[in-house]
Amino acid sequence: MSFGALYNKFMLQVKNLSFQVKSERKTRKILDGLNISVKPGELIIITGPNGSGKSTLAKLIAGIEKPTTGQITLNGTDITDQTITERAKLGIAYAFQQPVHFKGITVKDLLQIAATGQETFLEDETGTDYGNILKTIGLDPEIYLSREINNSLSGGELKRIEIASILARKASLTVFDEPEAGIDIWSFDKLVGVFKRLRKQNPEASYIIISHQKRLIEIADRIIVLKDGQIATEGPAAKIIPKLEELL
Amino acid sequence: MKTLDEIEKQLFETVADISEPPKGAYNFRLNGKSIGRQSSKNIDVQPQKDGLIIRIAPRTNDEVVHIPVVISMSGHKETVINDFYIGDNADVTIVAGCGIYNCGADDSIHNGVHTFHIGKNAKVRYVEKHYGAGPGAGKILNPVSVFHLAENAYAEVELEQIRGVDSTDRVTKAELKNNAKILIREKMLTQGKQYAKSHIETILQGKNTTADIVSRSVATDDSRQEFTLHIEGNNLCRGHSECDAILQDRGSVIATPSLDAKHVDAQLIHEAAIGKIAGDQLNKLMSLGLTQNQAESQIINGFLK
Ligand SMILES: Nc1ncnc2c1ncn2[C@@H]1O[C@H](COP(=O)(O)OP(=O)(O)OP(=O)(O)O)[C@@H](O)[C@H]1O
Ligand SMILES: [Mg+2]
Repeated sequence: MSFGALYNKFMLQVKNLSFQVKSERKTRKILDGLNISVKPGELIIITGPNGSGKSTLAKLIAGIEKPTTGQITLNGTDITDQTITERAKLGIAYAFQQPVHFKGITVKDLLQIAATGQETFLEDETGTDYGNILKTIGLDPEIYLSREINNSLSGGELKRIEIASILARKASLTVFDEPEAGIDIWSFDKLVGVFKRLRKQNPEASYIIISHQKRLIEIADRIIVLKDGQIATEGPAAKIIPKLEELL
Repeated sequence: MKTLDEIEKQLFETVADISEPPKGAYNFRLNGKSIGRQSSKNIDVQPQKDGLIIRIAPRTNDEVVHIPVVISMSGHKETVINDFYIGDNADVTIVAGCGIYNCGADDSIHNGVHTFHIGKNAKVRYVEKHYGAGPGAGKILNPVSVFHLAENAYAEVELEQIRGVDSTDRVTKAELKNNAKILIREKMLTQGKQYAKSHIETILQGKNTTADIVSRSVATDDSRQEFTLHIEGNNLCRGHSECDAILQDRGSVIATPSLDAKHVDAQLIHEAAIGKIAGDQLNKLMSLGLTQNQAESQIINGFLK
């Protein structure tokens, strides 16, 4: 358990959170009465079958979707009605499962946008800090800093750029949505290393990582298993990992 | 050169990217009169009735000719005819463009007809910026540009109209001989009640010819844009046209592509996409801390870059 987790104070709390969608006069519960608390410094893995509601939960935390009922608090403040921008400014970051592409916006532009207003971020004229971020996730800055984030990039490249944009943020709560997807095993090794290092650098920051990858699951403090929009089980990694196979 | 007031200076800067008369060949036109003209060793700039004849010697390399036009007198109406003869193997840049400032009650109109005869193996980059400003009546620009590309010639055409022009009816035509290639990049942003129409027509006459045409535009407020992109393939050739438009407010865009393949080896493609800014693009930038307005302008600036 990390140092930050010793404080018995919750950074993020999700209370009785539900999300419903209406289609053809039927309503479907995508998320149903979720309760989740995240402590400062904690790394939580959320796993579960496709369609169980993991990304929906991430979007609700980031403010991209609004819950049907329930409440989300950050360091005690109710943020349920806050916009995406307001939540970002409070220190919530979200790495999309499906990275977005643009026309004319370069990798450097995106990193600059991400780093704006982050006091901890030091950028020298040569752009070394941005370059270093790219290097950590295995992208050569010479090639990628000036590349447009358009559909000429491969899936794995887009995914790594998405992660880079989050690393430039230095947020207090970061949600990564299947960061392993489309990434080769060598870059994935680096990524696991990045998560470990991030936790050392800032022991107060918390992480929610949505993942199906054993190697990532293993670095969790706690694992939450979602099934049909509800928590099927949760607990310390050591307890849950042996049971995962029969659960899913 | 006649001394310019601040507004005139700014307009010349905006449309020609220069504040001082450049080193090479140029002609500066203000309210219908040439206020400065210079030829260079390789580029001859001569007046003709209602315009200029510009002759670029064969093998001229890496030279630029500037021919900006500014109208600052409200109600001024003109038709300018410029003819360009670009010698074989030349490699040059031509910077045109027109800025109108109108603070009066009458429409100011610039109709420009540019014809380019591009010699064999020659490379030409043509940059045209149009801009309007001022609280007065109409700022109206109707450019016609015609490109004749000889064998193996290459033309890169950048047409830009970002804000300020109330009405435009733009015609761009190109005809290509064997192995010639043309690239056209059009950027447009309209606002208020502005109206813009652009017709781009390319005839791929020769064997192995290529046309790549990309039109990107943003229609905001109550503005209206109409695009007709036409490619005709009469030989072994490749043509691609793309019309990409972002709508904001009550802006509207009609894009009409047409491809006329008259040869079995003609490969012609058209893509068109019109719509508001994608929600996931906004979400991504907002989740990095930008407000919705900031996110929108980032996306649009990138799109029109
Ligand atoms: N706005 C929506 N309208 C209709 N259905 C939705 C909406 N958002 C999510 N869903 C549905 O909710 C379910 C959960 O989706 P979600 O993307 O959260 O799953 P997930 O657990 O992230 O799955 P995966 O592992 O495939 O990424 C899916 O069946 C999805 O189709
Ligand atoms: Mg998902």
